[in-house]
Amino acid sequence: MAERILTGQHFMNGDEACAEGAVAAGCGLFAGYPITPQSEIAERISLRLPQVGGVFIQMEDEISSMAAILGGAWGGQKTMTATSGPGFSLMMENLGLGLMTETPCVLVNIQRGGPSTGLPTLVGQADMMQARWGSHGDYGVIALSPWSPQESFELTVHAFNLAERYRLPVLVMSDEVVGHMYERVEIDPDRIEIVERRKPSVPPEEFLLYEVDDRLVPKGMPTFGDGYRVHVTGLTHDERGYPVLDAETQAALVPRLKEKIARNAADIIMIEETDVDGADVVIVTYGISARTSLGAMRMAQEKGLKVGMLRLITVWPFPEDRIRALADEVAGFVVPEINLGQVVLEVERVTAGRAAVTPVPHAGGDIHRPEQIVSAIEEVLRDAS
Amino acid sequence: MSTMVTKRWRTKKGYLFLQEDECKGCAFCIEFCPKNVLQQSNRFNIKGYYPPEVVDADACVNCTFCQLICPDFAIWSVKDEEAEGSADG
Amino acid sequence: MLHKAKPLPKPDVLENLEHPMHRYLRTDRFPHIWCSGCGLGTALSCFTFALDEMGLDDTNTAIVSGIGCTGRMAGYVNLDSYHTTHGRAIAFATGLAVAQPEKKVVVFSGDGDLFAIGGNHFIHAARRNIDMTVLCVNNFNYGMTGGQFGPTTPIGSRGTTAPYGNYETPFNLPYLAASSGATYVARWTTLDTRRLKQAMVEALTMPGFTFVEIISPCPTNYGRRNRLGDGLEELRYYSERSVIQHGADPKHADLYPGSDILVGRFVEQPRPTFLEQYEEQIIARNQFRRPNEKG
Repeated sequence: MAERILTGQHFMNGDEACAEGAVAAGCGLFAGYPITPQSEIAERISLRLPQVGGVFIQMEDEISSMAAILGGAWGGQKTMTATSGPGFSLMMENLGLGLMTETPCVLVNIQRGGPSTGLPTLVGQADMMQARWGSHGDYGVIALSPWSPQESFELTVHAFNLAERYRLPVLVMSDEVVGHMYERVEIDPDRIEIVERRKPSVPPEEFLLYEVDDRLVPKGMPTFGDGYRVHVTGLTHDERGYPVLDAETQAALVPRLKEKIARNAADIIMIEETDVDGADVVIVTYGISARTSLGAMRMAQEKGLKVGMLRLITVWPFPEDRIRALADEVAGFVVPEINLGQVVLEVERVTAGRAAVTPVPHAGGDIHRPEQIVSAIEEVLRDAS
Repeated sequence: MSTMVTKRWRTKKGYLFLQEDECKGCAFCIEFCPKNVLQQSNRFNIKGYYPPEVVDADACVNCTFCQLICPDFAIWSVKDEEAEGSADG
Repeated sequence: MLHKAKPLPKPDVLENLEHPMHRYLRTDRFPHIWCSGCGLGTALSCFTFALDEMGLDDTNTAIVSGIGCTGRMAGYVNLDSYHTTHGRAIAFATGLAVAQPEKKVVVFSGDGDLFAIGGNHFIHAARRNIDMTVLCVNNFNYGMTGGQFGPTTPIGSRGTTAPYGNYETPFNLPYLAASSGATYVARWTTLDTRRLKQAMVEALTMPGFTFVEIISPCPTNYGRRNRLGDGLEELRYYSERSVIQHGADPKHADLYPGSDILVGRFVEQPRPTFLEQYEEQIIARNQFRRPNEKG
């Protein structure tokens, strides 16, 4: 009988590691639709889930994939889907349903060149704003960005945990290079933490589906068949879960969906800082662009420049406080991303003119050359002096 | 629903119950009762609809057609061997 | 000569009585939003009586609905109920059904929700033979949004987006369901209450993907725009034209101006369900653990 946790050292790509992360985290249902460069996730998980008592369904499209994982979650399972840009767009409406109904699940986007059909087999990072704002209406999101196959494994496990802890679909915004690169992945059960679903602690007569704790998270999520006879709806609803269509109920519900993440941001945000202390320029980056940036940073340091790197492991919620604080200490930020300027807009917004903010855009299809990033760093330093 | 006043008619083999204020005047029960037990009353209920009333209780055979078709759960019938006078499901 | 009218029988007046099916209803949300003369209340009524007749443990039955007047069904039943996005009820229900294979999942939704935006999900769930029951209330239009025509609107009928009359051939729902692989296919009007209830019982009992089309009046929109009168007249119109033909080839169940409305039980053909095939082909052959088995 196969194990959920594939203990040992492996040589696998980011997609495969992501699939293993899901299996290790206890995923019981994966519903997805084939799309390059996600396919290896679906392929691996279609092999592994039956081995461990889970179910894999290849749905007819991404819309139904997202809907099915919400259904599976209310059926008591930890669920996941994976896609790329075009599928991500299709999933937006049901992502909203998941956010509105506070349904835990994981949505992985192995980003590729866009827009539209774009570059199916080549890298992009141009869905980052869509991750934050892609579904209509107001809400908060959590989006993680792995930069290696190892992290693809770890952050997928973490995504399941965050989903259970904060009761929402959690996004893993990877990219084609991380998804397809082969590296060593160490899987050690002692280093894996699993957060289980919080079930209701009171009987059905006393239970309110959307009664929240002091972290603004609903207190318990019953499974279909537990006897709670829940009503779950995407309409604006009250604490019972019943639709109440007026401004007052909207005001009680929707700001909380945003605050649920904003207020707990300090516990959610993960960043990795390298040589930031005393740096004149800090590279702010994520995903595969952070790998390139690491190289660029070393190149710049060899030229005697004081450069550091702040890697966003969680891109959403955005680490406003840290960037704001750094803005008073540095000459500028350099933001390489494989898009025409998305997360850089957050850096600009938060910096509010107190430091230079230089995007290093890339339309997609390839990663940056470190020289491009070094040039941007040098330009910041030239303008500052 | 339970705070509604319920009218109850005795029929040959049971009872017929009506919660007038639930009725939305569709007249399905009146029209399709196989025994013509019901007619439209000329009073309106709290919603402004004309609810049915029993015109011929003796004709009712508790076939439960009205109960099945009523879209508003306003009318139901019970046979004697079922619960006496109460409507516990 | 004045006829002395027979006096009206006098009723007793009682308080605090509950409807016999109240335990299946979220009575705190009544009265429901459906119009006078609409058949949705009848469909709901037949459903509650079907559940009662089956004696199912109702904590193990769930309803999933989409968006529309029929979609509101989920909000009125006292079961685990999921009111999802437009067209996606079946997809959501697929996830729910495979996560809880021993339980009953019912999708209760409307003609536009299930067959326009939801059409793809319908045919795939039927093809896979996911164990669920789909109850489609067909009122020939998009009622909730004001009466636009839809994929089941007969040729020539009017809708707010078909001001000159609809010229698109509608789906023949029993035929579509049968050809997609449904194991049980039936159609009844909301007048055929007893047979409709019975069809619901049969559909809920038969394993696999089962389907019942429920023809209902929509006096506020479809009926009014097509001069079919009030709910009663529209229901009479459907009923007068319905012809019971159990076992008929669903190919003949299409609806066009002047046609009969074929009703009855058309298909009753079990075949291995999605999870049964999963189990036989994958789990058993590889000696894996059964899906979602506890412990």
